[in-house]
Amino acid sequence: MTVVMAIVVGALFAAGTYLLLRRSAVHIIIGLALLGHATNLFVFAMGWLRQGGVPLIGSGPTSQMADPLPQALILTAIVIGFATQAFVLILSYRAHEETGTDDLDQMKAEDPS
Amino acid sequence: MTGHLVYPILAPLGAAVLCLALHRSVRAQRLVSLTALASIIVYAGGWLWPALGAGQVLTLRLGGWPAPFGIVLAVDVFSGIMLTLSGVTGLAVLIFAVAWLDGGREEPFFYPLYLVLFMGIHGAFLTGDLFNLYVFFEVLLVASFGLAALGGSRAQIEGTIRYLVASQVSSALFLVGVGLLYGVAGTLNMADLATKLAGPLAAPYVAVVAPLFLVAFGIKAAIFPLFFWLPASYPAAKTPVTAIFGGLLTKVGIYALIRCYTLLLPAQWQAHRGLLLGIAILTMVVGVLGAVAQSDVKRLLSFHIISQIGYLIMGLGLSSRLALAATLYFMVHIVLVKTSLLLIAGLLERMTGTTDLYAMGGLLRRRPGVAVLFLTAALALAGAPPLSGFVAKFGLVLAGLQGRAFVAVAVALGVSMLTLFSMIKIWTQAFMKQAPATAAIAPLGGTLVASTIGLVAVAVLAAVLAAPVWAVANQAAGQLLDVGPYVSAVLGNQG
Repeated sequence: MTVVMAIVVGALFAAGTYLLLRRSAVHIIIGLALLGHATNLFVFAMGWLRQGGVPLIGSGPTSQMADPLPQALILTAIVIGFATQAFVLILSYRAHEETGTDDLDQMKAEDPS
Repeated sequence: MTGHLVYPILAPLGAAVLCLALHRSVRAQRLVSLTALASIIVYAGGWLWPALGAGQVLTLRLGGWPAPFGIVLAVDVFSGIMLTLSGVTGLAVLIFAVAWLDGGREEPFFYPLYLVLFMGIHGAFLTGDLFNLYVFFEVLLVASFGLAALGGSRAQIEGTIRYLVASQVSSALFLVGVGLLYGVAGTLNMADLATKLAGPLAAPYVAVVAPLFLVAFGIKAAIFPLFFWLPASYPAAKTPVTAIFGGLLTKVGIYALIRCYTLLLPAQWQAHRGLLLGIAILTMVVGVLGAVAQSDVKRLLSFHIISQIGYLIMGLGLSSRLALAATLYFMVHIVLVKTSLLLIAGLLERMTGTTDLYAMGGLLRRRPGVAVLFLTAALALAGAPPLSGFVAKFGLVLAGLQGRAFVAVAVALGVSMLTLFSMIKIWTQAFMKQAPATAAIAPLGGTLVASTIGLVAVAVLAAVLAAPVWAVANQAAGQLLDVGPYVSAVLGNQG
C-alpha cells in the first residue's frame, strides 16, 4: 500500500511539474491541481496507511489505530485548493477574453520589460 | 488572561464581514475598516506591549485544549514587532487608499479583501502551530490575489496569474514540509516540534524539510532565483495595493523563514549559513541591478523590494545575536521606508498622471514638499546617516565583520551605493529636470499627502528613537536564539 502510494505521489508530482512548465495557462492550471493532489496524498501517507483501523475510539493497541489528523489537514487543504482553482480558472478566462490567447508568453507581449 | 491575543485576527475578520454586508455604503465601509486597523495599533500599544515588555511569551490555547494537541497562539517580542508594523503601515496605506480609490468602482471590493489580507498576516504572526501558519498564509494569499487583480487590466490579470502560480507552488512545497514533519514528530505545535526535532533520529528528515521551507518561503519573500513573479505582478496592481504588498507582504515570508530556522531547524540554520549568505548576495545584487535599469517608478521600486530582501536574508545567514537584532531593526526600517516610498510614487503618479520617469519633471520647483518627503525616504532607504537605513545597515555590517563574512559586507555596501544611484535617478528625472512642455500637474488631495507624511514621520521616528527600537529588536533576537522560554511557555502548565 505504501509503495503504491509512493509511486502515485511521485507520478503526480512529475506530471504536475511537467504541466507547470508549459506555456498554456490551461495546462498550468491542471498542473497546479495535480500538484495539489500530490501534496494531499503525501500528507495522507504521513499519517501511516492502515486499512480498517479505527481512529481514537475503542480499545486495542494504539499501533493499530488510524491517525485522523492528516485527513483533517487534507480536508482544509482541499477546500483552500478548490477556492484557488476556481479563482485562477476565472482569471485565465478573463485573460483569454482580454488577450485572445492562453499562451502566457504572448500575453506578456505588451509588457515593458 | 491572554484571551485578547485573538483580537488582531478577529478584528479584521469581523470588519471584513461587516464590509461585505455594507457593500452599498462606501462611507460605512471606510469607517469600519479604518476603525478596525486603528484599533490594532491601540491594541498593540495598550495590551500587547505592556505584557511583552516583561519579557514573557504570551500564549493562548484555543478552545482550552492542552498544549501539543490543540491550536495555540504564541506571541513573543518578534511577533509583537511585526504586528505593530503591520498595524501602522496597514492604517497609513488604508487612509491613502480611501483617498486614492475615492468613489471608484473598485472601492467596495477593496476593503473586505484588504481586511482579510490583514487577518491572514496577523494570524501568521501570532500562531504557534505550523499547519495554522499554512492556513493563514493561504488566507492572506487568497486575499492578495483578489487585490492584485483589482481593476482587471490586462497587465494585472497576467501578473496575478504568475503570482498565483508561484504562490501555489510555494504553498504545495510548504505543505509537503509540514507533512514530513508531522510524519516524523507526530505533532504540528511549533514548540513541541522544536523539542522533538532536536534529537539525532530526526536529523535526516529535518535536512530535507529545511530546503523545502527555504524554497517555499523564499518564493513568498522573493529571494534570488525565485523572485520572477514580483516584477510582473506588483507594479501592475493599484498603487495602495503595491504599497502594502511591497512594504509588508514579502516580509511575512521573511518572518516565517526566521521563525522556522530559529525555532524548528536551528542545526540546519547553522549548516545553511553559506547558502543563505550566497542567496543574500545574489538577491541584493540582482535586485538593485534590475532597479537601476528601470525607467518606471513603480517597477524601479519593485526591484528594490527584492534587493532589500537580500539584506534581511544576509542578517539571517550571519546567525549571530547582533545580526538577528540588526535584521529585526532592518525589518522595522524597511517596512516603514519601503511603504513610504511606494506611497510617494503614488503621489508622483497622481500629480503627473504617469509612472514613467522620463515623462515627469520639474516637481522640485512646483511641489517642494513632496520633494522633501521623497528625499527623506530615499536617503533612509539608501542608508544615509542619521536615518533608519544607516542604523540598520551599520548593525548588519558590524555583524558581518564580526562573523568574518567580508564578501557579503562588501556587496551590501556596494549595493547601498547603487541604491543611492537609482534614488538619484528618480530625483533627477522627477524633481530636478525641467518639466516637459505639455506637463500639467494635478492637485493632490490632503488625505493622500497626510497619510504619506504620517508614514514618513514614523520612519524618521524609528531613527530618532533608534536606541529604544534597537533595544526591543535586541530583546526579540535574544528570545529567538534562546527557545527555552518559548517552548516552556507554550507547553508549560500556566494559564
